[in-house]
Amino acid sequence: MKMKKSFNGFDFLQNNLVPLMFIIICVICYPLADLSPGHLLNEIVNRMGRNIFLILSLLIPIMAGMGLNFGMTLGAMAGQIALIFVTDWQIWGIPGVVLAMLLSIPLSVLLGLMCGKLMNMAKGREMILGYMMNYFVGGLYQLVVLFLMGSVIPIIHASVRLPRGFGIRTTVNLTSMRQCLDNLIAPRPYGVKIPVLNFIIIAVLCLFIIWFRRTKLGQDMRAVGQDMEVARAAGINVDRTRIISIIISTVFAGFGQIIYLQNLGNFATYTAHTQTGMFCIAALLVGGASVEKASIGNVFLGVILFHTMFIVAPRAGIAITGDAMIGEYFRVFVSYGVITLALVMYEIKKRRAKSQGGALLAQAQKEGGVQA
Amino acid sequence: MEQPAYAIGLQYWLKKMGYPRLIIGGFLLVLFIMAPLTGSDLTTQFTNVVNRFSWNAVLVLAMVPMIHSGCGLNFGIPLGVLAGLLGGTLAIEMGFTGPMSFVMAIVVSTPFAILFGGGYGALLNKIKGGEMMVATYVGLSSVSFMCIMWLVIPYKHPSIVMAYTGVGLRNMFALDSFYAGVLADFLKIDLNPLGINLVIPTGSILFFALLAFLMWAFLHTKTGTAMTAVGSNPTFAKASGINVDRIRMLSVILSTWLGAVGVLVYQQGFGFVQLYTAPMNMTMPAVAAVLIGGASVNKASISNVVIGTILFQGLVTMTPTVITALIHTDVSEVIRIIVSNGMVVYALTRKTEGAK
Repeated sequence: MKMKKSFNGFDFLQNNLVPLMFIIICVICYPLADLSPGHLLNEIVNRMGRNIFLILSLLIPIMAGMGLNFGMTLGAMAGQIALIFVTDWQIWGIPGVVLAMLLSIPLSVLLGLMCGKLMNMAKGREMILGYMMNYFVGGLYQLVVLFLMGSVIPIIHASVRLPRGFGIRTTVNLTSMRQCLDNLIAPRPYGVKIPVLNFIIIAVLCLFIIWFRRTKLGQDMRAVGQDMEVARAAGINVDRTRIISIIISTVFAGFGQIIYLQNLGNFATYTAHTQTGMFCIAALLVGGASVEKASIGNVFLGVILFHTMFIVAPRAGIAITGDAMIGEYFRVFVSYGVITLALVMYEIKKRRAKSQGGALLAQAQKEGGVQA
Repeated sequence: MEQPAYAIGLQYWLKKMGYPRLIIGGFLLVLFIMAPLTGSDLTTQFTNVVNRFSWNAVLVLAMVPMIHSGCGLNFGIPLGVLAGLLGGTLAIEMGFTGPMSFVMAIVVSTPFAILFGGGYGALLNKIKGGEMMVATYVGLSSVSFMCIMWLVIPYKHPSIVMAYTGVGLRNMFALDSFYAGVLADFLKIDLNPLGINLVIPTGSILFFALLAFLMWAFLHTKTGTAMTAVGSNPTFAKASGINVDRIRMLSVILSTWLGAVGVLVYQQGFGFVQLYTAPMNMTMPAVAAVLIGGASVNKASISNVVIGTILFQGLVTMTPTVITALIHTDVSEVIRIIVSNGMVVYALTRKTEGAK
């Protein structure tokens, strides 16, 4: 029996609370920030080109019921290590980007495998585990980049190394690689630069995700995400499916970080990855996604709203209070706040569903509907 | 399969100690033995470890109530730290100096801790089972919210507000004329006049011992036993007539208050107050310490706190001096990051006993 869902104003409000809040913030802040529409549009298109790939990498673990993949930072680290090597070998332009992506794959797979295995040991606590993995693997990353590179792992050029002879400088310069993807095909209608190649890559990934959902593996993941026990009973190898979803996510996150960094043109070796996870997850949630459900549409809407806020908030902050730091802190607060809100709503919903299930069962038993 | 008695005994002890604790303890022992070889003075090392223990122990103790009531590791400790910071800064703002400012800091921070802890506890009661992730983000978002507040609250006291504009608090300020060392200097043992670099902050350690004893005593009262029952089996606790939500709320408030007191003790030892994003960095050392001490996600005792803090702070203070002297590179910080966060990851992957 399928009932047509009638439009319910309250439910709509509840489900779209975060995007609506953001639209209101942006609408209030925009006039205060005193930005020309062209400039704002240019910034947003630029940020869409560099961020969407990263955020798309979060979708597959959500499908497999593993929540927001805070461990995507692991992929970002793999991408950065690959970029360090490519910079050292001085392979520039698009070949450099492609080589970096290829190099990042084995590292991402390895890290994803580790992360996935640990997450299987901590079912129900995947998110906090992924979050802690950031710090743990962040330590390993520092060990490799700061101490092993140049002493054990060969680094040829002195310009990449620290003056002491080993370890990588605090900033890795990607000047010769800067925006090579963005600028390859870049029409500028009305002064707005459109990085077409980036959008083509993003479109390919979107198509891949849509196709992937329909494959056997994709269906398995959704089944696992719905109910692990049922999936296991149906003969799906739950643990393996979950690990694969994390590996795919990590690999894409590595690619995403490379695209992101080639746009920026340099990166802080030891800190560039630390905020990646938080901002990507916040952007996804702003787009109306939740911990158990996210679509490609959420990603696009999220990027536009989140980055509009990001651009206008500091300037609006100056206009209102005269202090630049307040706007700066405000946007960090909003990013954390959105994630907190989404996590709380998810947990409340999960508990409600659980108790409803219990109540239904009790009622059914009372009526003799469930045979022992 | 028959096993000789001594092997069973050995296995029992290994299991009881836990491998991580043994490995870190052994590592620390090796460092202590090697310290004189590298030319660093053993008593200096000892002083460092004891002092850092006295700064951090109360913050680690703040983990215990929430673990006991089944709320998991208190990743939301920044909330307590913020209450402590509010207490400390307001006490200074009101014009208190010396030891009185420390007492007033605790007094002023208490209502904030109860308020914050109450709200936080009510939230955690709504989301049983998913506490740790939410706690982390409650901590992070409240810290970033307070970042704005430190700029907006109209503090006036000249030694804590920004030097030029006079608006907003400084990033960091010294406590010399306020409560720096008020506990540490009480009955302090200082052997420097005898030529031995050994300083023991007796007062701070006694203060911790007092709080630890009170915590131990509390856990053995009726309410404390109820708390343990709620943590180990909430369904059973509910069946035996315990108000689960109330007990959990109480544990969160207690944890938050201890966090507030803990940061004040930390500041009096350290001698400085750090504001803005600094509270975010207080979580991991405390969580890692209690886990290294042998606690798990749902089980912790006072001895876990003491052992864990000594081991963790030993690791923090000993590795830089000894390792740097040995191999002339400063990998100690990285080792500390890997060990402490690895500990948390390890604890999260272990199966927890009892029903959730």
